Amino acid sequence: MTALAALIRRDVSVALRVGGGALIGVLFFLTVVVLMPFAVGPDLALLKKLGPAILWLGALLASLLTLDRLFTADHDDGSLDLIVMSRTPLELACAAKALAHWLAAGLPLVVATPVLGLLLNLDGVATGAVALTLLAGTPALTFTGMIGAALAVVLRRGGLLLSVLVLPLSIPVLIFGVAASNAALSGPSPFGTPFSILCALSLMSLVIGPFAAAASLRHGLD
Amino acid sequence: MRETGLESALPALAPATISGAMTLIDLANPSRFLSLAGRILPWLAALTVLVLAVGLYQSATAPDDYQQGATVKIMFIHVPNAWLSMFVWGVMSVAALGTLVWRHPLADVAAKTAAPIGAAFTFLALLTGSLWGRPMWGTYWEWDARLTSVLILFLMYLGLMALWRAVEDPSRAARAAAVLTLVGAINIPIIKFSVDWWNTLHQPASVIRMGGSTLDRAFLIPLLVMAIGFTLLFLTLHIAAMRNEILRRRVRTLQMLQASKSA
Repeated sequence: MTALAALIRRDVSVALRVGGGALIGVLFFLTVVVLMPFAVGPDLALLKKLGPAILWLGALLASLLTLDRLFTADHDDGSLDLIVMSRTPLELACAAKALAHWLAAGLPLVVATPVLGLLLNLDGVATGAVALTLLAGTPALTFTGMIGAALAVVLRRGGLLLSVLVLPLSIPVLIFGVAASNAALSGPSPFGTPFSILCALSLMSLVIGPFAAAASLRHGLD
Repeated sequence: MRETGLESALPALAPATISGAMTLIDLANPSRFLSLAGRILPWLAALTVLVLAVGLYQSATAPDDYQQGATVKIMFIHVPNAWLSMFVWGVMSVAALGTLVWRHPLADVAAKTAAPIGAAFTFLALLTGSLWGRPMWGTYWEWDARLTSVLILFLMYLGLMALWRAVEDPSRAARAAAVLTLVGAINIPIIKFSVDWWNTLHQPASVIRMGGSTLDRAFLIPLLVMAIGFTLLFLTLHIAAMRNEILRRRVRTLQMLQASKSA
């Protein structure tokens, strides 16, 4: 247990220090949201209607951007080999690394959402709903993305391949995240149903992600 | 295990002595698989041609639909392709288990060669669906649940093929692709369900339902014959592709041996 806690602490502090690049995701998120009005026009009513979709898409792309750092840095300096060979189960180590990555790169996106919601003319309830769905949904993005990150580090050419592999798997999260946000914003349909399914998706990826990532690391690094 | 081509290039001696009851283990010997494939393939190809000919004749002579007219005949091509697009992923999932659990050398080959065939069937399902949609819905593309989930399946096939192409060492690529295939096998039903939620516009399933089929017998029989014919076509193409892949690996191994000898 202490080994896992140490792993989480180390990963978070490395990500937050100079060269870690965790906050680049937030900057990218901000840039994507700022770009949107230039594409669809500065129509506040339209932006309010598209707001949850824009925020979710921005968060999805931002979390994808930082994902390939999840294993590559450790692979480059050799500490990934130590983690694979250590007595701690690799599945738990993968889960701990993903949790640390989410704390450093996913949680800031949720925190930044209220500010960005202001730019998109979202009112308090809608902003809260989007932030809440992002809080429930970004772990699913991190944990399914981890599978792609593990495959990419095994193949030693991550980047584009990672996004091609991960994006189709994130479609359900996007659908239910935007559905729940829209339900809170305008829809007659209840907020609870898509939100519970979103939570279920996160919990499921919490189970599947570490096993698949550990399997591909164990089979791939030799 | 790292260079499977090397083992398959050597004459098969040891496994022949312990050939037992389990045919799957027997088939782990590529030479044995090659000779079996050589014997089966002509018969399988002939059977495929026969069944497809009967199916096509029956489809051509099937009556027109009272609403859709002659365009309903697209169904006889479209539906088997759509069935196979999912069936092939199932075959690849079984092969992926074979790769990860039993390290079966032929499972790598089976998974690798099934992916392009499955992608082709999925593409044909999308293409015929789009051609069918033009006269029926008035548009080539509709963002409805089924079309969308088949499109996502197509994207996943392409991602899998990209993964296969990204690594030179075939056994290493096999294990990475096997993990992705199994993750896809878990995720495809979830994606299907969420896309259904996202858009419940499409008509509900009408071929296999509780309480029997709503499809008329005049359409159902040609459709089933065509489905069997397409499945046979897949088996024929797959076995032929597996044979080609084994031979390709042997050629590569021999070339590398020759290069290292002359160096």
